[in-house]
Amino acid sequence: MRVGIVCPYSWDVPGGVQEHTRDLAEALMDLGHQVSVLAPADDDEGLPDYVVPAGRAVAVPYNGSVARMAFGPLSANRVRRWIKEGNFDLLHVHEPAAPSLSLLACWVADGPIVATVHGATNRSRALHVAEAVLRSALEKISGWIAVSEAARTTMVSHLGGDAVLIPNGVTVRRYEKAEPLPGWPGEGGALGFVGRMDEPRKGLPVLLRAFEKVAAERPGLRLLAAGPGDEAEVLARVRPQVRDRVVLLGQVSEAVKVRAYHSVDVFCAPNTGGESFGIVLAEAMAAGAPIVASDLDAFRRVLRGGRAGELFENGNSDDLAAAIGRLLDDPERRASLSAAASAAVRDYDWPKIARDVVKVYQAVLPAPQGT
Amino acid sequence: MSPLISLLIIALIAMIGVYVSWRAGRLDRLHTRVETARASLDAALVRRSSVVLELAASGLLDPAASLLLADCAHNARSADSGRELAESDLTRTLRTVLSQPGFAASIEGRDGADELIGELEATTQQVFLARKFYNDAVAVTVAARRRWLARVLRLAGGAPMPEFFEIDDIVVPGGMGERGTDMPHLAG
Repeated sequence: MRVGIVCPYSWDVPGGVQEHTRDLAEALMDLGHQVSVLAPADDDEGLPDYVVPAGRAVAVPYNGSVARMAFGPLSANRVRRWIKEGNFDLLHVHEPAAPSLSLLACWVADGPIVATVHGATNRSRALHVAEAVLRSALEKISGWIAVSEAARTTMVSHLGGDAVLIPNGVTVRRYEKAEPLPGWPGEGGALGFVGRMDEPRKGLPVLLRAFEKVAAERPGLRLLAAGPGDEAEVLARVRPQVRDRVVLLGQVSEAVKVRAYHSVDVFCAPNTGGESFGIVLAEAMAAGAPIVASDLDAFRRVLRGGRAGELFENGNSDDLAAAIGRLLDDPERRASLSAAASAAVRDYDWPKIARDVVKVYQAVLPAPQGT
Repeated sequence: MSPLISLLIIALIAMIGVYVSWRAGRLDRLHTRVETARASLDAALVRRSSVVLELAASGLLDPAASLLLADCAHNARSADSGRELAESDLTRTLRTVLSQPGFAASIEGRDGADELIGELEATTQQVFLARKFYNDAVAVTVAARRRWLARVLRLAGGAPMPEFFEIDDIVVPGGMGERGTDMPHLAG
């Protein structure tokens, strides 16, 4: 199948939608499909050969902040030419309600279109104001995919219609094997955390309380945390007796993040809410880390009801401390959780997710004539 | 005291009274001027956002540009405290959309395009003028209220100190063009 994928945001800027389109494109190609990705790019150098640059995105105020979007006659012409030259069986646009390339693609395209909604933000006002213009473009989409329940709710309430839920994938082979960071996990054991440190919903405060408790009884235990946030502020919230055993890496590259997952004995996902899927959790599973996670619905589902990772009562640091203690004392249980996590995450491996996406493609393609 | 001196004192007091009341009257007139100027500025801004919404819904632009314009125009109309910021955002988005390469060619000869762009030009000019005159009125009023007599005698009464309205309202870059005017002109 010849698939044209449209990414609305600049390819050279890191972001969830960009990563998703990259992984999807590569997984589809592995399945034997021909893929071309159209995306804005500041610099045409160094793009993968399946990416067609659509020019620079322009910074404009939108939805309460400044975003970089591609619009205007020139962008529209580029989309038109790409569609014409690509001769695609089907277009797959991402985040089509954002005022950028995907929306333009819907506007100029004729053939079958599949769309994926990523965000769960409330942009009903703008959608409402420009409804007529949007509707004629979005009506051409014949199949909708949402990456999370929250994204589906946004889509259903603002645009109407329904969407198939297909979660974000994780490219398991990128996480499976890696060297631990030098000196980790160490003799006394190590706990891990990945996520924004200054975002309370990611749950670092809950983990810090639990760590203080467990660390008081285990003199060698350390905590390794990676993610953006003010490091001094985080450390100031930790009891001085155990402060030197909290190691903050700050924002790290993908390679270091993968190694961090392999550097700990127990990986903690103490998120307190708002997590639609938990890509971090899936990554830790792909790395085969023994996991303790809060019992959010989404986490419970991903962790197979507790078989692929321990669950603790959301927000309860005593419960978390107890679960951590149990796992640290039980290497066999850790090994079995690790194996179960590696097996469970296969459901979210990109090749598998991409096959589900292809089924959506097949559902919107015109039925073959005859037979 | 000689009658002449008393007469002079009475005359002096009367003159001071007349002067003070003239100053108070002048301040009052200035405040009225500020209010009138503000009303026409508000009207001009509302007209501008209406025309932008109309442009967004016209189908002349691509849907992405339409959505961006609609979002900004809507924010400008519903903004309360952040009015200046929201109006500046509207100006900037308008400027960005109009200055996209190929914009003029893409709407040329389309139904209703000339009228809409003409209206847009008229409202941008109204905003430009109304804001200039309003800030002018504010400047004079603020200066008059800062004079010591006005402060000591509280000649302005309880009227709030008028504030400047600072926004980016230059939809087309360039200022004084060859026409020798700094009025914004969208077309040609």
